[in-house]
Amino acid sequence: MNRKIIDLWVGIFVAIGLGALLFLALKVGNLLSINEDRRGYQIEARFDNVGNLKPRAPVKSAGVVVGRVESIRLDDKTFEGIVRLHIYSQYLFPRDTIAAIFTSGLLGEQFVSLEAGGDTVMLKDESKIAKTQSAIQLEKLVSQFMFSKAQDSAPPAPSAGGAATPGAKP
Amino acid sequence: MSMLARLLRRLGRASIGAIERLGFVTRFYFAILRQSGTSVVRPQLVVKEIYQAGVLSLIIVMMSGLFIGMVLALQGYETLARFGATESMGVLVALSLVRELGPVVAALLFASRAGSAITAEIGLMKTTEQLAAMEVMAVDPIARVVAPRFWGGVISLPLLAALFSMLGVYGGYLVGVQLIGIDGGSFWGQMQASVDWRYDIMNGVIKSIVFAFAVSLIAVFEGYDAKPTAEGVSAATTRTVVTSALTILALDFVLTVFMFRGGIN
Repeated sequence: MNRKIIDLWVGIFVAIGLGALLFLALKVGNLLSINEDRRGYQIEARFDNVGNLKPRAPVKSAGVVVGRVESIRLDDKTFEGIVRLHIYSQYLFPRDTIAAIFTSGLLGEQFVSLEAGGDTVMLKDESKIAKTQSAIQLEKLVSQFMFSKAQDSAPPAPSAGGAATPGAKP
Repeated sequence: MSMLARLLRRLGRASIGAIERLGFVTRFYFAILRQSGTSVVRPQLVVKEIYQAGVLSLIIVMMSGLFIGMVLALQGYETLARFGATESMGVLVALSLVRELGPVVAALLFASRAGSAITAEIGLMKTTEQLAAMEVMAVDPIARVVAPRFWGGVISLPLLAALFSMLGVYGGYLVGVQLIGIDGGSFWGQMQASVDWRYDIMNGVIKSIVFAFAVSLIAVFEGYDAKPTAEGVSAATTRTVVTSALTILALDFVLTVFMFRGGIN
């Protein structure tokens, strides 16, 4: 095989190989938009229950991603979950911001939502969010719903029972 | 009693043999690194091996990537549709390809397509005493024959793995968006939101680099170590494929444990 042809083919191979890496980085991994705002500051929020929140989950405000969950650990004195949030440096939040854990979709991943307050003092690096709202647990919600349903139908219970029993009695 | 002693002796001999072989591989590896100067001074040697190992493996690797991506999308749709989460198909296809299937399957294909060829070539050179002839002419066969093939493999495989992943993602796009009709925006959007450049893609690239070193080393070593007979070369070629496959899968498990521990901390 001619040396020039080999050189050409190897050149093509290396070029498309590197192109594939670039494709993975830019199109699949979305490198550019992550690199833009990788720098940021850390704040802490304490939750009674963090639910299914995972590290690297998004932090959103008004639906816009403004940061990532850095780490989650348990305070063994108060038994609260301490969630460290990494907020991109171009976003500043008032000191009385409320942090809440929501689920995207019915079974989607959980994320931290920041609802900005009206304070003029902004959160700094290493500051703590005072007001939080824990994750909603589907099981609790369902059982609450069932209990309230049962209570609602408790007064007309005799009639409901009466409606059910005729089918059973004969 | 003598039975037991004989059994134990055989076990001991096998263990010592395995350790000796491991030591031989390690010394061989360092010999390759020491003799790599020639490959740097004469890059044409390595370029020729990249052509043999990389360019000629392009078709099989790219076709496999495309088809595996398409199958992933079809199978993923079956399962995701049950949970009404078909929009996550982009995430499923991209993560499984970039983290696992790309590096592993590309390395397995590379071992059977290029690794076996390298072993057979070097083994036959040894059988026909070309390596010995080189030594007579004061040409180090490790520098002239082994090291360029080793580096050719090391450079080729990560590029092949990246191509495999890219075509797999494209295959998933073809089946998911064009054939099944998932929304293209959510396919790419969810993928970009969940795939992290450093955590997912870089770890996949690191995996494929580790596999490249392992497979290339096994291929050149088995060729160099082959018995100089026709049966010896054929046995060495078989060993290359078998050992490479097992090594890739074992290394993949170890690397995955370190890289993606999931919930285990």
